[in-house]
Amino acid sequence: MDIVLQQLVNGLTLGSVYGLIAIGYTMVYGIIGMINFAHGDVYMVSAYITAIAIAILTFFGIESFPIIIVGTLFLTVAVTGAYGWVIERIAYRPLRSSSRLAVLISAIGMSLILQNYVQLSQGANQQGVPTLLTGAIRFSVGDGFVQITYMKLFILFVSLLGMGILTYVIQKTKLGRMCRATQQDRKMASILGIDTDKVISTVFVIGAVMAALAGVLVTLDYGAFDFYVGFIIGIKAFTAAVLGGIGSLPGAMLGGLILGLSEALFAGLISSDYKDVFSFSLLVLILIIRPSGLLGKPEVEKV
Amino acid sequence: MSNAVIRKTLISLAVAGAATLAQADVVIGVAGPHTGAYAAFGEQLWKGAEKAAMDINAAGGINGEMIKLVKADDACEPKQAVSIANRLVDSDDALAVVGHFCSSSSIPASKIYEEAGVIMVTPASTNPTLTDQGLPNVFRVCGRDDQQGDVAASYIVDKLNAKRVAVIHDKDTYGKGLADAMKATLNSYGVKEVMYEGLTRGEKDFNALITKIRSVDADVVYFGGLHSEAGPLVRQLREQGSKAIFISGDGIVSDEFVSVAGSPEYVDGVLMTFGAPPTSYPSGKKVIQEFRDSGYEPEGYTLYSYTAMQVAVAALANNNLDPIKGAEWLKSHSIDTVMGKKDFDDKGDLTVSDYVMYEWDGQGKYNVVE
Repeated sequence: MDIVLQQLVNGLTLGSVYGLIAIGYTMVYGIIGMINFAHGDVYMVSAYITAIAIAILTFFGIESFPIIIVGTLFLTVAVTGAYGWVIERIAYRPLRSSSRLAVLISAIGMSLILQNYVQLSQGANQQGVPTLLTGAIRFSVGDGFVQITYMKLFILFVSLLGMGILTYVIQKTKLGRMCRATQQDRKMASILGIDTDKVISTVFVIGAVMAALAGVLVTLDYGAFDFYVGFIIGIKAFTAAVLGGIGSLPGAMLGGLILGLSEALFAGLISSDYKDVFSFSLLVLILIIRPSGLLGKPEVEKV
Repeated sequence: MSNAVIRKTLISLAVAGAATLAQADVVIGVAGPHTGAYAAFGEQLWKGAEKAAMDINAAGGINGEMIKLVKADDACEPKQAVSIANRLVDSDDALAVVGHFCSSSSIPASKIYEEAGVIMVTPASTNPTLTDQGLPNVFRVCGRDDQQGDVAASYIVDKLNAKRVAVIHDKDTYGKGLADAMKATLNSYGVKEVMYEGLTRGEKDFNALITKIRSVDADVVYFGGLHSEAGPLVRQLREQGSKAIFISGDGIVSDEFVSVAGSPEYVDGVLMTFGAPPTSYPSGKKVIQEFRDSGYEPEGYTLYSYTAMQVAVAALANNNLDPIKGAEWLKSHSIDTVMGKKDFDDKGDLTVSDYVMYEWDGQGKYNVVE
């Protein structure tokens, strides 16, 4: 019993991280209908910025965890957001009126550029950050115990907060209304006076910011990363976005949680060798039953 | 600078240029993961080979010809290993190759070197298949995973008296091969593992797997794989409150293991099998001192790489630069190296295996377990 509960905890934290990254994929797809393959690498860049931020803060003699974490989050989110903006500006905006395939190739190119740029500028070695927050809460269940580390609690808290704020922004604010309008019909939105280029830029920045949140949290939790770390987690987050219905914000979060939970439960209760096989079979199954994902709306052909 | 000085410099440059033209270089490839997650090992290989080549060149080269090293990066990916092996033999005309690092790269590349008649001396690939293929040109200056697995299994049974052993591997040629070798010996002692599972290389979250290790109540976790996964694995194991003893092989013998694990406290008490300290041989004293004087600690496979270079050079130097004859010659001659005398058997393995158990301490250093 304690084991099943523990796996649920493991899956929830993993899933919330997938969800955060999946938001970047799903929002970009929703608004301009492209899959931003460089998104996993934006996450990777944010892991490096996290380490640099921690190094800068500790260099100035700041030792207390709350200040370091807030400072790191602030710095990383700002710099990664800027990366998101620049990537859109140089790799996607010039191709706005080209075919979807051109943008897709541009995204793959961007992904390779980011990987190689980080590899050359930061070195190809594994990097690590020191542990900042240790300790855990334990509940005894039957003979055993279920534990959640403070870091994992922090991950859950920050990712729920991030998703909550984002949902509020999209649903309730003027910016959100502009995003939704652009998503529904870009041409009509621009006729009505919305600067759609600006909205698209904003969406890229939001996606990068969410990836940066995940980057900070995961880097602090696992401590290890390299220039290739965005690949696997990017694929998983993309899967989560498709699972939940690409283009749908709650879908990305739901997809992330389902993927995280299914991986943890399968690895923990059956076999970790085949956990990815299981996750992707689940994806295939869901797409057979619901081709546009769990919460996705079927695409209406515009005539 | 006066005109006379410039003229003198130009003349001496011209003379130096003519001197290099007069002698053809002997090209030796250094193949390994020079980039990627395992680049720390690539650096060890390169540092060792580079130093060996410099020392040999300074002493007159191979029968008067200078060694020219070519760096070949396989990133520990089998496909890339094959393509760089082809490049080394086709366009670089290498006569010998020091490398590769990962067994999964060495095995496919070895066939290409065999077809091209090039000597291959690996400093680090321990998977038994590499030499069991029966290729005449393949040598290694390290041990084999079946020997390494034996040492680990005997230690688990005799010294640790452990009954509940969880065996984890990274599904790669080296990691799984090592885990399987250890498991076979363990089973032959009558101890059955309580768990045998693989994880995915490149992932960082192993919490689900660790909860499972906790649920089977393992005393010992044996991991076949490399430090980039071993680091997060041991850290998350400790974070989940498991006190199981963590044992791995020579895939974690790098200081990076500590930084990847997050801090030295997590690697405290981790055991690993590795060859007898490469820095302990009297014949290597001078080279080690020179490494340290230059500010580089020759850890892990650095001296193995130096040794591999010496072996390849000895084979070429004594056989008029004929790699095929050289490979034949190696099997019947002892080579003096910085790691003592080395003898090879017919398969290209060392005749003596010297695996011992090391323990990592709370300062992030490793020492032989007495």
